[in-house]
Amino acid sequence: MTTLAPPAARVTETSATGGGRGGALIWMTVPALVMFTAFAIVPLIGVLVLSFTSWNSIGPIEPTGLDNWASVLTDPGLPHALGVTFMIMGLSWVIQTPMSILLGVFLAAHKRYRGFLAVLFFVPVLLSSTAIAITFKSLLDPNFGVGSSFGIELLRQDWLGSPRLAVGVLIFIVSWQYIPFHSLIYQGAVRAIPPSMYEASLIDGAGRIRQFISITLPQLRYTIITSSTLMVVGSLTLFDLIYVLTVGGPGDATRTLALDMYQTGFSASLMGPASAIAVILVLVGLVLSQILRRLGGRGDESQQEGA
Amino acid sequence: MIGKALSRRHLLGLGVGAGAAAALAACGSSGPGGGGSSVTDGVADYWSLSGPPGEPARKAAIERFNAANPDTKISSLFFKNDAFKQKIKTSIGAGDAPTMIWGWGGGNLKSYVQAGQVEDLTDWFAQNPAVKDKLFPTSFAPATIDGKIWAMPHETVQPILLYWNKKVFEQVGAEPPQSWDDIMALVPKFNAAGIAPFALGGQSRWTNMMWLELLLDRGAGPDVFNRVYAGEANAWSDPAVLDMLGKIQRLIDENGFINGYSSVTADSNADQALLYTGRAAMMVHGSWSYGIQNSQGGDFVKNGGLGYMSFPPIEGGKGDPSNQVGNPGHYLSISTKASPEAKEVAKKFFATTLLDDKEPGEWIKTNNVPIIKGSDSQFGTDPNGQFLKFVYDTSVNAKVFAQSWDQALSPTAAETLLDNIAKLFQKQVSPQQWVDNMNAVIGK
Repeated sequence: MTTLAPPAARVTETSATGGGRGGALIWMTVPALVMFTAFAIVPLIGVLVLSFTSWNSIGPIEPTGLDNWASVLTDPGLPHALGVTFMIMGLSWVIQTPMSILLGVFLAAHKRYRGFLAVLFFVPVLLSSTAIAITFKSLLDPNFGVGSSFGIELLRQDWLGSPRLAVGVLIFIVSWQYIPFHSLIYQGAVRAIPPSMYEASLIDGAGRIRQFISITLPQLRYTIITSSTLMVVGSLTLFDLIYVLTVGGPGDATRTLALDMYQTGFSASLMGPASAIAVILVLVGLVLSQILRRLGGRGDESQQEGA
Repeated sequence: MIGKALSRRHLLGLGVGAGAAAALAACGSSGPGGGGSSVTDGVADYWSLSGPPGEPARKAAIERFNAANPDTKISSLFFKNDAFKQKIKTSIGAGDAPTMIWGWGGGNLKSYVQAGQVEDLTDWFAQNPAVKDKLFPTSFAPATIDGKIWAMPHETVQPILLYWNKKVFEQVGAEPPQSWDDIMALVPKFNAAGIAPFALGGQSRWTNMMWLELLLDRGAGPDVFNRVYAGEANAWSDPAVLDMLGKIQRLIDENGFINGYSSVTADSNADQALLYTGRAAMMVHGSWSYGIQNSQGGDFVKNGGLGYMSFPPIEGGKGDPSNQVGNPGHYLSISTKASPEAKEVAKKFFATTLLDDKEPGEWIKTNNVPIIKGSDSQFGTDPNGQFLKFVYDTSVNAKVFAQSWDQALSPTAAETLLDNIAKLFQKQVSPQQWVDNMNAVIGK
């Protein structure tokens, strides 16, 4: 989203040097721009406007100035929802990233059985979040779930009814669902590393771990940024899984910003405050993705110097 | 050059994202999913909930009307519960509501009334006294706002009852509770036998609310909530409310509810399964639960395993034990945006088909009690008929039949209520905080 502005300047540069080709490029972006404007920019402006009004989705829309913002920003529910969101984001990143990198590296090797495993690993990505949530909900049911049906004491916990366990379960399911996806990204990135680098390091006497730390990880730097951005934005907007699994409960233990927005807007019919929360959600997402981009460097230095 | 390539890729990426968003949006607005009836060009239209037990009975009514009025047919659409709630709100907000707006009365109806979206039916009922006479008088309260009637009560009455598993009671040697003290005495007895005293689908939140409604009514009568409903400041601060919250907390502390109740949902009927499988001894639930247990509990209901009664009185409580809480009826309003012809068709539908001889039978088939007076003559003598007779009598003889709180209050106040009830059952708020939080949304 944030790269919308720069291209204009660069495109003029292209047309100055490359003649008609640059013009064609502009036209190619038109469908995307139209879609983006219609389905992202316009609703976003609508939400921004709504956040300064009072609307119950039935009656008239009335401007209320900064009232919604004052009530949303002073509501203790907001820092709580932000906290829950960041906790889920942080914990799922910490768990998913190392596991995805290791799995990706493992799958990158051209061995037939690994190709077979890769297909199996990928299955959770193909399932819908709602189906996954319903399935896990039944498996973890305190009275009819796996634990009590087979009499396994260890599994017989109040998984979704105790605040800490519920957050843990959420992170587990998110990881289970998305690690295969991120592994796939890493697998591709690892395969793109020139074999000559490994050959050179072998001559210098580097072992497998040394190769992993000194070659693979640095070469995966941009992939890590990409995958982390996807995870961070994904956990910000994570909704369906939580909604089906816990509805933000027990109490408000898993009430993330996205869920808070939904319940304020659609359950409590407070579209104004819900829009304010939505704007906050967008801002948090923008800031986070910018930070991650900065972490990744400017993107114009070569990653394979000396290769 | 790298920078240029990157920005182009970004733009394309945005395009893909936007495309995906459009695809998602298309999914979201996919229509009612094959629920429509054959009539699509009716003079008036009617939207309601799909799925059993209601849909067949509703469809039958529309078909009877259309057969009798081939020139002024009604077209109907049926949606799943949550989809319906969204759809009806959106279409009313867009000024594109169906002629007949189906609902639960109370707080939602009030928001339609305040937005000028539904017709005042007071005069129509005054001109058609026969219509009003045929319906349960208690069913009119949720349709009445500021002294005027805004909806036609129809369909069924659903009080909240106390159910118990007779086999489990026999096994432990216990008698059904006749008072609150009896309930508290039964709790340790069942816990000692390794059976949960009460099943509860706590994640659904309104399930917990049923307990609060009944305890407050039995303790202090309907006045306390009526003051909340009327928007009186600090109405929740009545000492009876703190007393009621204290009772609930004691029941929680003494393990009155099934293990892990806060992750059990009522939508999946898991709470009712706990009762008919004998893992829990008792349950507070709506009268619609009978039909669910009958169809899902195997032979449980057929073999007389299910006991049911009104919630017992509390020692020293001011509430009349005949009082009931629940759904006094379901409601049909007429949109102000409808054409005059459509409005006339809707009124004809109200006055004829919804009160004809066949209407009660369609609902009795679903083990529900129609809100039509005298429909008890159509109940059978089998166990199902006896249950219906019991519900009919308790509903008719109720001194006050109050509407459930989440339906009576505005959507805003109802969400705060359910949120705080969930937190109360999690002990995230104290009874005093609960009262303060609820006072803050009175009249909102």
